[in-house]
Amino acid sequence: MSQIAHKKRIGAEAVEEKGWLRAHKWLILRRISQFGILGLFLLGPLAGIWLVKGNLNYSYTLDILPLTDPFVALQSLAAGHVPETLGLIGVAIVLAFYLLVGGRVYCSWVCPINVVTDLAGWLRDRLGIKGGSSLSRNTRYWILGMTLVGSALTGVVLWELINPISMLHRGLIFGLGTAWTVVIAIFLFDLFVMTRGWCGRLCPVGAFYSLIGRWSPVRISAPQRAACNDCMDCFEVCPEPQVIRPALKGEAKGVGPVILAPNCTNCGRCIDVCSKDVFTYTLRFNNPASTSPLVRVQPESQ
Amino acid sequence: MLGLGLGLYAKQSKALPALALRPPGALPEDDFLGACIRCGLCVRDCPYNTLELAKPETPVATGTPFFNARNIPCEMCEDIPCVKACPTKALDHALVDINKAKMGVAVLIDHETCLNFLGLRCDVCYRVCPVIDKAITLDMVPNTRTGRHAMFLPTVHSEHCTGCGKCEKSCVLEESAIRILPPKLAKGELGRHYRVGWDEQKKAGHSLIDESKMQDLPDRMPEGAVLPGHYDPASGHTESLRGMPGSEAGAIPSLPPGLGGKP
Repeated sequence: MSQIAHKKRIGAEAVEEKGWLRAHKWLILRRISQFGILGLFLLGPLAGIWLVKGNLNYSYTLDILPLTDPFVALQSLAAGHVPETLGLIGVAIVLAFYLLVGGRVYCSWVCPINVVTDLAGWLRDRLGIKGGSSLSRNTRYWILGMTLVGSALTGVVLWELINPISMLHRGLIFGLGTAWTVVIAIFLFDLFVMTRGWCGRLCPVGAFYSLIGRWSPVRISAPQRAACNDCMDCFEVCPEPQVIRPALKGEAKGVGPVILAPNCTNCGRCIDVCSKDVFTYTLRFNNPASTSPLVRVQPESQ
Repeated sequence: MLGLGLGLYAKQSKALPALALRPPGALPEDDFLGACIRCGLCVRDCPYNTLELAKPETPVATGTPFFNARNIPCEMCEDIPCVKACPTKALDHALVDINKAKMGVAVLIDHETCLNFLGLRCDVCYRVCPVIDKAITLDMVPNTRTGRHAMFLPTVHSEHCTGCGKCEKSCVLEESAIRILPPKLAKGELGRHYRVGWDEQKKAGHSLIDESKMQDLPDRMPEGAVLPGHYDPASGHTESLRGMPGSEAGAIPSLPPGLGGKP
C-alpha cells in the first residue's frame, strides 16, 4: 500500500513492543486449532485411533457427536434430499456453534485452505508482489447463489464437485490423488493473480458462513482506537481489510468500536500485529458509540 | 459462465463408469449425487475396506464412495454397517436385508473364455455366490463338441443377484468372464404389455384360453418339400421324429458311435 508499509515488516513494531510470542499469539493458536482438527481426523487412518470418523462435510466423533457442514447439507436440500436424523442433528450443532462464535471462524480456525491462502498472502507481501486483477468481494455471494440454484437445477451437490476445501481435507484423510494440483492452483492464484483472491472474493463456503455469523455475539473490537498511530499494520495483515475501517475510524461518525461486518473471520491477527493493543475479542453488545477517553462525541452526531 | 460450466460438469458427473459400483442401498445415480455429502463414513465402517472415495482423477464424481468388484467385492454383511453409517439418505436406510441389495447384476459376459462354457467344471463363480442356487445356477446342456459330455453353464438370475461381485472377484481367468454391470446396462426389458404365457398359466392355475377350441393349422412348407418324420397333424403327417416317443426308427443311441451302441 504505502511506501512506509513496505519499508518495515508488518507487525515489526508489535514484535519490538510485545515480543515475538505475544505478537503471534492468535496466529499460533489458530494454527494449533487448524492442524489439531486435521490431526484428530488423521489419527484414525494413520494411527488406528478412531476418535473422529469422516471429514469436514460430516464427521462422527467418539460414536456420539455428529457434525454436518450446513452448506453441503443445504445444497443437498436444494437438490431435493433431506439428511438422516444424525445428519440433521449435526447441522443443528454446527449452526448453533457458528451462530455463537461467528460464522467465518470456520475459515480462520478450521479450514485447511486458509493455511494455503495465508501462506500465499504472506509470501506476496514478503516478495512485494503487487497488482494483478481484482474482483468484487461480493463475487462470492453470486457464486454462493449459483451453487444453490445450480444444485436445485441439476440435482447434484454442485460445489462439492470442485470444492477445494473438501478436496484437500478429504484428500489428506482418504487419499489425495491429484487434489494437490487444485491446492497449488489456489496458492498461485492468491500469490500472483489476486490478492486474497480465493478466500476473500470467490469462496462460497466462506460467503455462506459469513451469513451464518451475521448476528454472532463474539466479535473483534477496537476499544483502544484512540491509541491508533495509523501504522496500517492491521489493514495490511487483515484478510478482509474492509471490515476494520468503520470500527477503527468510526469515532467521529459515532460508530462503535466493534467490528460488525460479517466477513471478519475473527482470526485475531489485528490483535497480534498492533503495537498499541487497540484490538481485542469482545461481545457485540459491548459497543459504545464513543470510546475516546478525552473527547466525548456530541450527541447530535449519533 | 462458472455456473454453466459447473452445470455441464454436474451432468457429466452423473455418468458412472460401468465397473464402478455404489455401496448397497445406494439411490439411483441421479439421486445419489444430490443426497451423498461425501463424508466417507460408509468407507470407514466397511469392515473389509471394500469402499473408497473417488479422487479428483477417478472417473466417478469426486468424493463419492464406490468399489471395484475385481479388487475387493462386497462381503454382504448382515448388519450392513455402511448403510447404517450414512448420515443422509444416499444409502437407503430402508434396506435392512442385504439379500435385497441391488449394487449391480452379474453378467457372464464372455462365453468364449468361461471354463464351464469350454466344458470344464470350474464352477467357482457358482460356488462363491452368497445367494448360491438362486442368483447363479448351473444349467446343464449337452456338450455338442464332444457329443458325450454335459456343460454346466453358470446362469445368473437377476432377481436374486445383489451385485456383490464375489463371482467377478473369484473368476479364475486373467480377466474375469463374469462381471457386475449396472442393471441398466445388463438388463433387457420386455414391453409393458407383454405377458409370458406359461407364467400367466401358472398364476391362473389353468390355461387362459379354451384349448378345446384351438385349431392346428398346417405348417407352411416350400412347395413339394418333404420333411421325413416331421410332426404336423394338421397336414396329416403324424409320424414321430426319430428319438421322440412313438418313433419306429428307434431311440437316439445313448452311447456314441464305436462304443457299443447300435444306431
